[in-house]
Parts: sequence; C-alpha cells; structure tokens
Amino acid sequence: MLTFSLSLAFALVAAAFALSFYRLLAGPSAPDRILALDTLYINAIALLVLLGIGLASPIYFEAALLIALMGFVGTVALCKFLLRGDIIE
Amino acid sequence: MSGTVEILLSLLVLAGAGFTFIGSLGLVRLRDFYTRLHGPTKATTLGVGCLLIASSLFFSLTTENISLHEILVTLFLFITAPISAHLLAKAALHRRLPSVAPLPVDAAADGEPGAGIDRLQDLR
Amino acid sequence: MKRWLPHPLLTPVLAIVWLLLNNSLALGQILLGLLLGWAIPCFTLAFWPERVRFYSPRAALRFAAVFLYDVVIANIAVARLILAGPRVLRPCFVNVPLDLTDDLAISLLANTICLTPGTVSARLSADRRTLLVHALDCADPEALVAEIKQRFEVPLKEMLEC
Repeated sequence: MLTFSLSLAFALVAAAFALSFYRLLAGPSAPDRILALDTLYINAIALLVLLGIGLASPIYFEAALLIALMGFVGTVALCKFLLRGDIIE
Repeated sequence: MSGTVEILLSLLVLAGAGFTFIGSLGLVRLRDFYTRLHGPTKATTLGVGCLLIASSLFFSLTTENISLHEILVTLFLFITAPISAHLLAKAALHRRLPSVAPLPVDAAADGEPGAGIDRLQDLR
Repeated sequence: MKRWLPHPLLTPVLAIVWLLLNNSLALGQILLGLLLGWAIPCFTLAFWPERVRFYSPRAALRFAAVFLYDVVIANIAVARLILAGPRVLRPCFVNVPLDLTDDLAISLLANTICLTPGTVSARLSADRRTLLVHALDCADPEALVAEIKQRFEVPLKEMLEC
C-alpha cells in the first residue's frame, strides 16, 4: 500500500518538476523565472522527503533543510537584484 | 506498522504530492505572473507540509525514537514562503509586468508615499 | 535583567530549535540549547534593539489556531481554483488600510495574508498605512478588506499592541 502510493507520489512530484522547468525555460519575464526556480527548490525538498520515506533513511532530512535555507536566500537575493539592480548595498 | 497507520501515511503522502503537483500546474496554467504566484506559495507549502508530517510519523513509528525535526523544515517554509512571494510580487510591480487585473496606478514608484488608487482618491 | 536577557522570548525558541535540529531530548543538548539561546541574542543585540512583547498570550494562541485552520482551507480553495482554470478567476488588486503601527505586527499580517485566503501581499506603502494585496479570485473587494481586517488584524492588534 505504502509502496504503491510512494511510487504515485514520486510520479506526481516528477511531473511538478517538469512543469516548473517548463516555466523556467519559457519565462517570459525574469520574475517568472525566479518563481519557477523557487518552486523547483520546494519540489526538490518534497522529492528528498519522499526519498527519505521510501528508503527509510533519515539522512535526506539534512539535505532538505539545506535546500530550504539556500533556496530562500537565493530567491531573496535575486528579487533584491531585480528591485535595486544591486545585491549588496 | 499496522494497516490503519499505513493508510494514513499513504493518504498524507498522496495529498502532499498532489498539492505540490497542483502548485506547479498553476505555475504553467495561469495567465499572468500575479496569479501564477499564488500556486507555488500556497499549494506547495501545504503539500510539503503534508509530506513532512508523513515523514515525521513514519520515522517515529518505524524507529524507537520520536522524530520531530521535520517540524523545523515545515516551520521554516511557513516563514519563508510568504516572504519570497511578497518580494517577487514587489519585483513584478516594480517592473510593471502585464496583469489580468488592472495594475494600481503608481505601481512602479517605489518609495513614494501612498500606494496607487487610494492616494488618487485622497487627492480628489 | 534587560542587560543579561535581552530577548526573553527568543531564548526558549532558540533552545527548542536546537533540540529539534538534533532530534534529541538529552540533558546535555537541553543545556547546550539554553546556552546558545542565551548567547545568540546577546551577541546579535545590535541588530534588533527593541524587545518583542506579547501582550496577550491567549490572543496569540487563538490567532495561531485560526491561522492553521485558514491555511488548510485556503490551500484547498487555491488548489480548486487552479484546477478550474484561468477562465473562472477574477483577480484584482486591493488596497488594505492598516491600523497596525508596530513593525512586527505589520510583517506578521503580511505573511498571514500571503499564506491564507487566496491573496498575496504585494507592497507596503512608504508611510506604512496601506498594504497592496493581490487576490486570486475576488468578487467583492470591500468584503475582502473587511474580512482581512476582522479576521487577522484585530487579533494581531490585541496580541502585539494592546
């Protein structure tokens, strides 16, 4: 039961990856691409958590936490760049 | 693991993955940037939240220790997702991206007192 | 007191975060967490001089419960709107006049708006009196403003500004 729903969940998250990736490539504007990148970060967290459950190993948690941290910092830096044309003031 | 727990876990995992998928679907399907912003900030946050609760339950039940550190990621996402959404909306307004809804009047004027429509009504 | 414990709320929060990060409840970790929770606010005092105060913890708890309930409801609503497609959406920008003055209260309100009822807070005006909000599907802007004010702003005011 759990194995089956895990495979289905993997498929759904992979489809989410593909959709976000399409938006990343298609644009059309810079904020759209940043939003797609941010969504990709969150999808990666979801994928790692699923992988952790599937392989019954708690190691992936740390990677998920790091991606959450770095993704947030990256998004904020890119937005700041769009707003001010400069990151470090 | 008993059957009930397994069903509960499966439901949580599927709901989480489903919400993540719908969030990304919104990213592709909706028409302008401002509406696209809603999908990833909301649906995806709850999706990952569901997955993390499932993970917490799974590790608490399969190992002897109670596993609560997933709460940390959930908490972190709940704090950061609105901030990135807010910044993205601000950047989009700053660049005056096209929108289905009419844009507020002086949207690009960062740092000007009074935002948009209300200000004009005040002046009248 | 003020000098040795600059942020009395931050110390237990940091200790709990440390325990969650280590996923353990050992006595040594609790002590280390408390030590970090005491030391970090002392060293970072220059970055946030004013203290966070909750005037009404009961209002805070009630707000947290309403918030969690609303997050789930709003997420299901947004998911349904996305599945229904772009044609049924009625997006609009709404200006929400703010009664809050405290920085923390305003940022909490903006965050809550982003996570809850199909809205994203887009910009705070420079004089901090209006918050521009983008709604995904909004038939009646007046009602939306009234709902935001009544549901989130009133408890936040009670909680942080007395």
